[in-house]
Amino acid sequence: PPPLAETPRRAPAARPFTMPTVGVGRDELFARLGQTSYTPEDLVEEGKAQHEFDELCFEFGIELDDVTSDRMMAANEIKNADAEAQAKLDELDDTVIYKIDIPANRYDLLCIEGIARSLRIFKGLESAPTYQIIEPAQRQIMRVKPSVKDVPRPFVVCAVLRGMNFEENNYKSFIDLQDKLHQNICRMRKLVAIGTHDLDVVEGPFQYDAQPRDEVSFVPLTEEDKEWTGKALLDHYNTDPGCKHLKPYTKLIYDCPNYPVISDAKGRVMSMPPIINGAHSRIQKGKTTNVFIECTATDLTKAHIVLDTMVTMFSEYCSEKFSVEPVDVIYETADGGVESTETTPRLSSRMAEAQLTDICSVIGVELDAPTVCELCTKMQLGPASYDEATGTISVTVPPTRSDILHAVDIIEDVAIAYGFNKLIPGEVPPTQTVGGPLPLNHFSDQLRDEVARAGFTEVLTHGLCMTRENFDNLRRVNDGSAVQLSNPANEEYEVVRTTLLPGLLKTLKHNKSMPVKDGIKFYEISDVVLQDTNADVGARNERHLAATYAGLTDGFEVIHGLVDRYGSDKSKLLSSFTML
Amino acid sequence: MGSCMKNKWAKKDGSKLLRLADPATVTDDAFVLIKAVSDGTALSAADEKNLSRRKLASKKKGTYFVLSKGPQFKATFVKQEACLTKEMLANGSWQQNPPKPANLDSLGAAVAGGYFHPLLKVRAEFRRILMNMGFEEMPTNRWVESSFWNFDSLFQPQSHPARDAHDTFFIKSPASTLTVPEDYYERVKTMHESGGHGSIGYRYDFKQEEAFKNLLRTHTTAISSSMLYRLANDYKATGVFTPKKYFSVDRVFRNESMDNTHLCEFHQVEGLVADRNLSLKHLIGMIKTFFEAIGITQLRFKPAFNPYTEPSMEVFGFHPDLGKWTEIGNSGMFRPEMLAPMGLPPDVRVIAWGLSLERPTMIKYRIRNIRDLFGHKVDLNMMKESPLARFP
Repeated sequence: PPPLAETPRRAPAARPFTMPTVGVGRDELFARLGQTSYTPEDLVEEGKAQHEFDELCFEFGIELDDVTSDRMMAANEIKNADAEAQAKLDELDDTVIYKIDIPANRYDLLCIEGIARSLRIFKGLESAPTYQIIEPAQRQIMRVKPSVKDVPRPFVVCAVLRGMNFEENNYKSFIDLQDKLHQNICRMRKLVAIGTHDLDVVEGPFQYDAQPRDEVSFVPLTEEDKEWTGKALLDHYNTDPGCKHLKPYTKLIYDCPNYPVISDAKGRVMSMPPIINGAHSRIQKGKTTNVFIECTATDLTKAHIVLDTMVTMFSEYCSEKFSVEPVDVIYETADGGVESTETTPRLSSRMAEAQLTDICSVIGVELDAPTVCELCTKMQLGPASYDEATGTISVTVPPTRSDILHAVDIIEDVAIAYGFNKLIPGEVPPTQTVGGPLPLNHFSDQLRDEVARAGFTEVLTHGLCMTRENFDNLRRVNDGSAVQLSNPANEEYEVVRTTLLPGLLKTLKHNKSMPVKDGIKFYEISDVVLQDTNADVGARNERHLAATYAGLTDGFEVIHGLVDRYGSDKSKLLSSFTML
Repeated sequence: MGSCMKNKWAKKDGSKLLRLADPATVTDDAFVLIKAVSDGTALSAADEKNLSRRKLASKKKGTYFVLSKGPQFKATFVKQEACLTKEMLANGSWQQNPPKPANLDSLGAAVAGGYFHPLLKVRAEFRRILMNMGFEEMPTNRWVESSFWNFDSLFQPQSHPARDAHDTFFIKSPASTLTVPEDYYERVKTMHESGGHGSIGYRYDFKQEEAFKNLLRTHTTAISSSMLYRLANDYKATGVFTPKKYFSVDRVFRNESMDNTHLCEFHQVEGLVADRNLSLKHLIGMIKTFFEAIGITQLRFKPAFNPYTEPSMEVFGFHPDLGKWTEIGNSGMFRPEMLAPMGLPPDVRVIAWGLSLERPTMIKYRIRNIRDLFGHKVDLNMMKESPLARFP
């Protein structure tokens, strides 16, 4: 076969779960990667630049899924563009956008800043930054009232980024990262919701509480002309077609009597999480320099991951690069006392360990400690060191790597940096075993063989069918024996079949043009499912055989003959067979 | 008359025609040529053209046969038999009247009998290949599964998007699972909530209602998990760990949007090896052996992510039928967070890989639409005509 002329494309059928996709400007990405030597010829579609980037992605574990532009994406939405639509399309940006697929557990790769930084470190162009907490003269304070526990949305974490400079690209990236986090780890804002504010137009100490929904009143970011009260605003979002992107979130708080509110010392509403920020404190391109970030949540662990991600990604624009200012979060008791406090962000770098012998043994290659330490550095796990006395490799897990849970995560990173493909052709494990079929499947295969040779054609039908196909259409009473789905894709797939007959009859319906002179004969040997309170899950599979004859006569004697041969007590073929 | 004038044998004078030449001295070429034709003499191409242009003669094509008596010549006509019959042998008539030669250019009688389904032919081949490699088939005849076995025991967190109603079919009746192994459940819960055995865990609140939700299994890995759990129990009971190679080829259910290549039911091929000190190198070796048996010899591996394996690799191969590189499977080493609560010895590692059955079948049989392969809309003629499933 030819060498890898074309980097492999993913096959949809093999993909296990949906992966997040991030759109980044190609030219900006290449500039960040220090790749400035491409000629216009290199940059054509499927050209040298794309091919080299594909290769880099393949080694690192991400994928270039699509090459497009704002104009192309809009054009795909319109079927036939008339002159007017075409003119509108021509106004749209045609800067090349790379759509990159990211592993679901890498929140640090959800924006161009993170992707570029990780790839630069991977290529050895820079080392992982050290993210610092810088103490201000006076820390900002967030007071949390117990009323938020009733929503429930009990947690909040906060941070300050100073000296930012928002222009077109990074402003868009800032908004997009929040969207991506909301869609992924935040589970559509249910677990965590992010709010970002211009610190210079508000005043601490800040407050997070739950206020009666008809009393809280503010000018939201979407409707800058007037004030709205909480419930009225949600009613508006539920009905106004211009705000339909906010409709999915209203149900998270709609029915609560009190809605969550973040406000400043002057009572100005900064946000009503998880729905919308207030217009007053909004971030403005070319104007905002100091940013206050708050993440309200129902899952505190994820809130920290989200906040750490926001600040590690965007602190690269701060006047003190990669530095973040902390905020004290004070959880109050009902009478105004202090229940607990937390200083956020955690921005924790922790040390994690893996045994050098384990690293080599799991990968299957002998590597010395200096090599392993170097490989760790390429994966943002540096600085790494080796303790000869204990045989331990210690790595620094930065706040960007919340996916590191166990030593095996470190080992995988070492393997990636080493290169999986260096292990080819691999080695067959020396495990000695005797192979063989499941007795039920072996018996099924023997029976399939017999019935086919008797002249029946095998079919393979769906396990799911309509309720009436399983009962009424077969003139059987619905005795509740079928397993019912709570979220069927459509009515054709509502229950799990308790008999193979619906599938066979539907096959006949779709094959009416088959010649009938000698009869149409087909069969299936496959599972059905029955409810069963003796089974641990409440249902069991049963292996059934069903056969059908259709022709100029009903052919009952044909089926009767088949039953004589394989299905009855009188069957000579089965009478001496003991089922295991 | 035109020829007369041309040859200057006559000329026109008003409405009269005057003779110019003496008839005795004139030679009529046309007459000569026509006489030659009736005598049977060949003419030159120019002369033929001349006569036909003047409509004095026309060229016709004729076919003629010369017949003569052949060696089988008979005065009376006797019909030839199409085939040799018992009667002809009995009365000896075959000697005078042998059957006519077989016409090898026509079709023979269509073969009757029954046929196997092409997807199941491919399934049989894959099972044979795996059994040849020493793999033992798992009992996968269990479509309804609990979230506990399908997700939690695999260390897939309860907030994972795959556990959404968008991706998984949940069950209305019976909605909740009846029992799970109690001690093991507690150990799984602890691992999710606070880690252990070297892991920091997911640090969230593990909910029983979530674990007990019944669903249609989204992967056969749910069964692999319970097989490893059984293996761990055997080890605990006897103190002896027996290495195993397990496989399955069976149906799974996903609530995906349906299109030409996706239905909500499909089949997964899964293989796993559980032994002490297995490595990524062993996993690659195992995968290579399997794919070589189905004709794909050039492989590449790409870092990937699965909640229950680490490291994880996507398998890419140069597909001989497609003539290009394409993704052909997924693989990885099961996480310690999955194996430790089961109670397997800490140096036991489990490597696994999987692929879909439909995709290689659709490539092999050149089928574009999955509805032409699986389900009740399949054409029964296709069943009869589908080739042997031969790999490689």
